[in-house]
Amino acid sequence: MQDTDIKFLEDSFKKYYFEHFDLIHVPERTSEREFGFQKFNSGMTRHIQIKDDKELHLLFMQNVPSDVYCSNAYYSFPNLPMNEKDWKEADLIFDIDAKDLNLTCRANHTVSICYECNEISKDSNQCRKCNSTKLEKKSLPCKNCIDQSKIQVERLSEILTNDFAIDKENIHVYFSGNEGFHVYVYNSQFQEIGSRERSELTDYISLRGAIPETFGMRKFKQDRAAFPDFNEKGWKGRFSKYVFGSKSKRSKIITELLANGYSSFQKTLDDVSKNIGVKIDPNVTMDIHRIFRLPGSINSKSGLTKILCTDLTKFDPYSEASFLSDETIEVLANSPIEFKLKNKKFGPYNNEKVTVPTFVAVYMICKKLAKTA
Amino acid sequence: MIALGQDEIAKYPFLADAGQYLKDQGFSLEQFGTDPDLKQLIQKAYDRILVAADGKIYKSDLIGDHVSKEAALPREVFSFLLAIVLLKLCGMHTLIKRFALAEARRAEKYLERDLSNISDESKKELAIRVIDDLFSVQIEKQDDYFVIPVSDYLKHSINFHEREWKLINRHVENGLVFLTPHETVRLIRKELGTYINSKIINAKTPTMIPGFEDSVNKLSMLSKKFATFTVTTGEYPPCIKHAIDVLEKGENLPHSGRFMLATFLLSKGQTVQQIAPLFKNAPDYNPRVTLYQLNHLAGTSGSGTQYSCPSCEKLKTQSLCFATSECDNIINPLQFGKKRK
Repeated sequence: MQDTDIKFLEDSFKKYYFEHFDLIHVPERTSEREFGFQKFNSGMTRHIQIKDDKELHLLFMQNVPSDVYCSNAYYSFPNLPMNEKDWKEADLIFDIDAKDLNLTCRANHTVSICYECNEISKDSNQCRKCNSTKLEKKSLPCKNCIDQSKIQVERLSEILTNDFAIDKENIHVYFSGNEGFHVYVYNSQFQEIGSRERSELTDYISLRGAIPETFGMRKFKQDRAAFPDFNEKGWKGRFSKYVFGSKSKRSKIITELLANGYSSFQKTLDDVSKNIGVKIDPNVTMDIHRIFRLPGSINSKSGLTKILCTDLTKFDPYSEASFLSDETIEVLANSPIEFKLKNKKFGPYNNEKVTVPTFVAVYMICKKLAKTA
Repeated sequence: MIALGQDEIAKYPFLADAGQYLKDQGFSLEQFGTDPDLKQLIQKAYDRILVAADGKIYKSDLIGDHVSKEAALPREVFSFLLAIVLLKLCGMHTLIKRFALAEARRAEKYLERDLSNISDESKKELAIRVIDDLFSVQIEKQDDYFVIPVSDYLKHSINFHEREWKLINRHVENGLVFLTPHETVRLIRKELGTYINSKIINAKTPTMIPGFEDSVNKLSMLSKKFATFTVTTGEYPPCIKHAIDVLEKGENLPHSGRFMLATFLLSKGQTVQQIAPLFKNAPDYNPRVTLYQLNHLAGTSGSGTQYSCPSCEKLKTQSLCFATSECDNIINPLQFGKKRK
């Protein structure tokens, strides 16, 4: 990124942090957490301990970070090296990202940027100019991406409340600032479990690793009564609603399942898992030492804010998470794909000078689709 | 500690304080080595170890839940305590491990029976208390099942490799996992074994007691049988071969795949400098970052923790497993090609 771009992003971010510090959620038990930040075009600074809002504010003002992070873990000594921190517990976190949902819309709003010659084109596997295969993909997620991610968040919340008895007020959903959502669970029975246990939880939530017996299918001594019912709790009930469709079809479908046999049932399970298992990134949940983007801070991949969604159904990130100023600026834009911000359409731009509001310019520069003119 | 009745000490002898029990009964270890009547008990203790070493469960003189004869009770407990003395004198860890496991499985049977006892509420309560005291797992009865919090279930089940123990294959409701008495007890088998094992390891080793030598020598001979030898082929497992192929083709290998490959090769003794060139075809290759990350995994930089190769189970969930018949039920790629001789 060129110096003028960095300067522009820094100025825009600084203004945001100055005007919207109220949006930055200082997490509870602040002094037990590890903070970290990144500046534009430089590495990560972490192992920082912060006392309160004031200190956090100072960090933003002094450093003008591109990204700010905070641990979900609680430590005795958050500022010491990893193995001396003395891990105590960690909130449970789930990451739902549109890019993991294999949506068909994705190809329509992904651009490829060539590492070799910087040529920008619509999604492809090879640079149209120099034929290089080393490409960076940037996606400008659409409404469908967000809607599909919301469905996953809702499914996840349903499992957390019903199967794991987690209170609704202990589940907080944040828009990640780019393509998905982060779901935080506080004060649960899972605070103290380690990484392997968390990985097992993710397998449960995504319905991975189930055996046919769990849903009533046996290798030998088959028994119709072993198949789950509609009103059963947990995955059994969800399974029957999905596979049988309606109560009246249950008996007929069980006959079919039994006729198709055990190994075919395993395939049915894979299909069920693909369709009703929640698509979460297991690596994020497993990692008990990770630092996560701080709620209220800007995501430098987009210039949008990671923000708490109080009403998920109505939430529209492209109007509600965009807080940068409306002041206009001239940029050299090269975005083969159209996008929508604050209910207005922008682009496509073919390597042209355009005057756009700051929030649009930042979005494009963060996506590497524009430069300051 | 729980107050135990006579029958309970016979069923769960590891709960009793060994030295105190002997004293209370008015015996010293030396008497067992010299007194011809008591000496039989050394043989009994030796047999108890032998059965355990064979992977079987020692059959006690208990009939149902009760000690058959008045005299049988001390025999039960003495043979257990003497077995520990013999094991300490012989000092062979493989035998101790096997003994602890067999004793755990023996106790497991009683715990299971006590848990499912409908007629005697007190037996069930004792079993629940033993589990709570020893393993801090709170179980509760709900209809025909015992229920435990999901987090407690996970802490214990995480070491099981059978798929039926995966959380997804259990009945989960309201933050609780539902288990039969059999499953409840099976869940803590390893901890029970570990508990007994640590009790033996932490017990004081007595100096050789006259009359014990024969049995101790025989045990030393026996333990040689359990030393294992392995041969290694040196061939890479399919998951690793696949990862190398992907990199060689210049395709993108996900972070988890790179982690697997690097930790695997580091564990096999390769150096960071030997491994780094493998990543040069990656679309986002940056030599400085690669070296930094490899050094981090090797534990030569950063926290100093050396990361280990992920398990096969983990790799399956990351879609990195390409198992062939040669994988032969291994649980970590590092075991590939190692055969017991």
